[in-house]
Amino acid sequence: MAIEKHDTPMIDQLEDGPWPSFISGIKRMRDQHPDQRINAMANDLLGQLEHSYETRKGYWKGGTVSVYGYGGGIIPRFSEVGKQFPASKEFHTLRVQPPAGNMYSTEMLRQLADSWEKHGSGMVTFHGQTGNIMFIGTDTPGTQHFFDEVNDYGFDLGGAGPCVRTAMCCVGAARCEQSNCNEQSIMRHLVNNFTDDVHRPALPYKFKFKVSGCPNDCVNAIERADMAVIGTWRDDMKIDQDEVKAFVEKKGRKYVIDNVVSRCPTNCMSLNDDDTLDVDNRNCVRCMHCLNVMNKALSPGDDKGVTILIGGKRTLKIGDLMGTVVVPFMKMDTSEDYERIVEIAEETIDFFAENALEHERTGEMIERIGLVNFLEGIGIEVDPNMVSSPRQVSYVRMDDWDEEAAKWFNRQGEEAAAG
Amino acid sequence: MAQQHRTPIESGCPDGFQYMHPVMRKNYGQWKYHEHTRPGVLMHAAHSGDQVWTVKAGTQRILDVYSLRKLCEIGETFGDGYVRFTLRSNIEYMVTDEAKVQPLIDALENAGFVVGGTGNSVAMISHTQGWLHCDIPGTDASGVVKAMMDELIDEFKNHNMPNRVHLTTSCCQINCGGQGDIAINVQHTKPPKIRHDLVANVCERPSVVARCPVAAIRPALVNGKPSLEVDEKKCICCGACFPPCPPMQINDPEHTKLAIWVGGNHSNARSKPSFQKLVAAGIPNNPPRWPEATAIVKNILKAYKEDARDWERINDWIDRIGWPRFFEMTGLPFTKFHIDNWRGARERLNASTHIRF
Repeated sequence: MAIEKHDTPMIDQLEDGPWPSFISGIKRMRDQHPDQRINAMANDLLGQLEHSYETRKGYWKGGTVSVYGYGGGIIPRFSEVGKQFPASKEFHTLRVQPPAGNMYSTEMLRQLADSWEKHGSGMVTFHGQTGNIMFIGTDTPGTQHFFDEVNDYGFDLGGAGPCVRTAMCCVGAARCEQSNCNEQSIMRHLVNNFTDDVHRPALPYKFKFKVSGCPNDCVNAIERADMAVIGTWRDDMKIDQDEVKAFVEKKGRKYVIDNVVSRCPTNCMSLNDDDTLDVDNRNCVRCMHCLNVMNKALSPGDDKGVTILIGGKRTLKIGDLMGTVVVPFMKMDTSEDYERIVEIAEETIDFFAENALEHERTGEMIERIGLVNFLEGIGIEVDPNMVSSPRQVSYVRMDDWDEEAAKWFNRQGEEAAAG
Repeated sequence: MAQQHRTPIESGCPDGFQYMHPVMRKNYGQWKYHEHTRPGVLMHAAHSGDQVWTVKAGTQRILDVYSLRKLCEIGETFGDGYVRFTLRSNIEYMVTDEAKVQPLIDALENAGFVVGGTGNSVAMISHTQGWLHCDIPGTDASGVVKAMMDELIDEFKNHNMPNRVHLTTSCCQINCGGQGDIAINVQHTKPPKIRHDLVANVCERPSVVARCPVAAIRPALVNGKPSLEVDEKKCICCGACFPPCPPMQINDPEHTKLAIWVGGNHSNARSKPSFQKLVAAGIPNNPPRWPEATAIVKNILKAYKEDARDWERINDWIDRIGWPRFFEMTGLPFTKFHIDNWRGARERLNASTHIRF
């Protein structure tokens, strides 16, 4: 039986133009799909969206939907105008954790597509801003059926609500010469240690892990992860002087001076008279700019590891915050290293769970209690790499200065002894 | 007897290796350099001598299964059957035979997808759901993005910018779209209209009071019923009370506007990561194609393209030329609203005689 199609004059205008149109895609589901359930759902979804465009308001409200055994992972959506658009009155999204690095075989994508059109709307996004596959649109029984099916072949729900969220890492070692760590492995060690905290929201608010393989930070970890792990190195960058000469030959000295040497934030580069490059590695801050410009000639060093920053987040509630350096450098080579990074995450999340106010992110908690209290809580010593400058105001009580200074010298002695 | 439920397998994040191109598996952590062979295509070379070409294409992001299967079919017929998705929802096909690159590009373009988004292009706009699915949106991100990418398609398909440009858009002031070189975000301009008859049943009032960033909300009895009231002089119209309490109606067909922010940059390259800064507001939320917002974005891109030096991102460019010149070059008005009064605001004031004339 043919459905009565809603008139959609406003959103029809989003079918014009050269960029692929999501409206045309939803119309294909309405007009071409063999399943009448999907035709009706797409039709009513388009009808409600047109209603939003006409009135400039949204008409979805949240609720409580979950699969058996879990408390989160579904974004429930019930329509406020469901009487007019009954076939899409329940339109829940399942957040599903993608494979690390967002890698897929087309075979696996087809399997996911088959499952989703059986139980849902057939509309999906790779990926949401946190990093989940967003399977958009099904009713309450559909969420359980779809989850049961994909869970059997290796996929699991992500986080939603005040919990550990789905993590994200860059393409990294899989296809990038600037990778300084095994991003996929670090990310999976971290997030998969907290599956209970992903599936059963019980934290003050959300907690996100993101892993970037170098300071270009392609997954925006510093700006939006509670715990950002960024690959870096601490020995000298590698220079292939023949490639430097070839680059100068090709682009010219002026280009190299203007775009490489003078763009170095710490002025640590110098172009020699023979068109080779000198680098003051002690003052290199691993910003990546010169490696980005001359990626054939310059490469990260061999002594690789990661920097950890804690407390990045978006606007709610006190404004956007960047992460702060908490671990300036740690190696990520052995199983002990992996155990240690997971331990740092556990200490952080335990402290967050006990000390943050309701709906307060880690960064906001640190802002409220001060970095030093947080560091003491997770058992990490202070380090001058954690600050952009020392304190500027003298109004502080320092009567145990001698003890604190002794700790510094003791630590330095221990590090020297350890070699 | 109670119904038996299936127990979930708490497997978490799947291993990416099982779906990874074999040449990427083989050379994992052993890559040497990359080249931009043409817009939309990257070539990565490994120390082993292996090479892999990546073809990147923009999509509509919200994929129907027909589009998804089309993308799979292209990958199977013209690629090696392995793909990945980028942070900005582009699809990437990896192939080890350079001869496959052009047929793959042709197949994608013939099917209506847009090859590009690499190097110094305007990348796909990262965005969220909007009216299609979100419970608190002031606009429809997908529509804004579709309308804007129609106009920026040449910048997506070419390397014509001084450096890459990341655009983002968000449908509320929580800013899920994130930081961008240019961000197009909802900005509310009036306090919430409270449906007092619903508050007591729907909202946990202490949580709503706690959610307000400026402590402008307090419990009150209205018409004999427990409700909330807003000190409208203190209210900053941010909409933070709306998600925990839908009767605090913040979205308004007329007074919910768009604002544009520039200079957000997540990379550590050259300068430290930076947050975006307000440049334009009061822009009408004008579906279905939001022409006013697109015009301002294009205007900013034009000034950046003409004046920035090679490798300067938008924040680097403005750091060099200064904010007065930015407003002069774009013709955007500078108002009292551009002067920050949030916490830490004095750090954004000029405490020097560094002034360009």
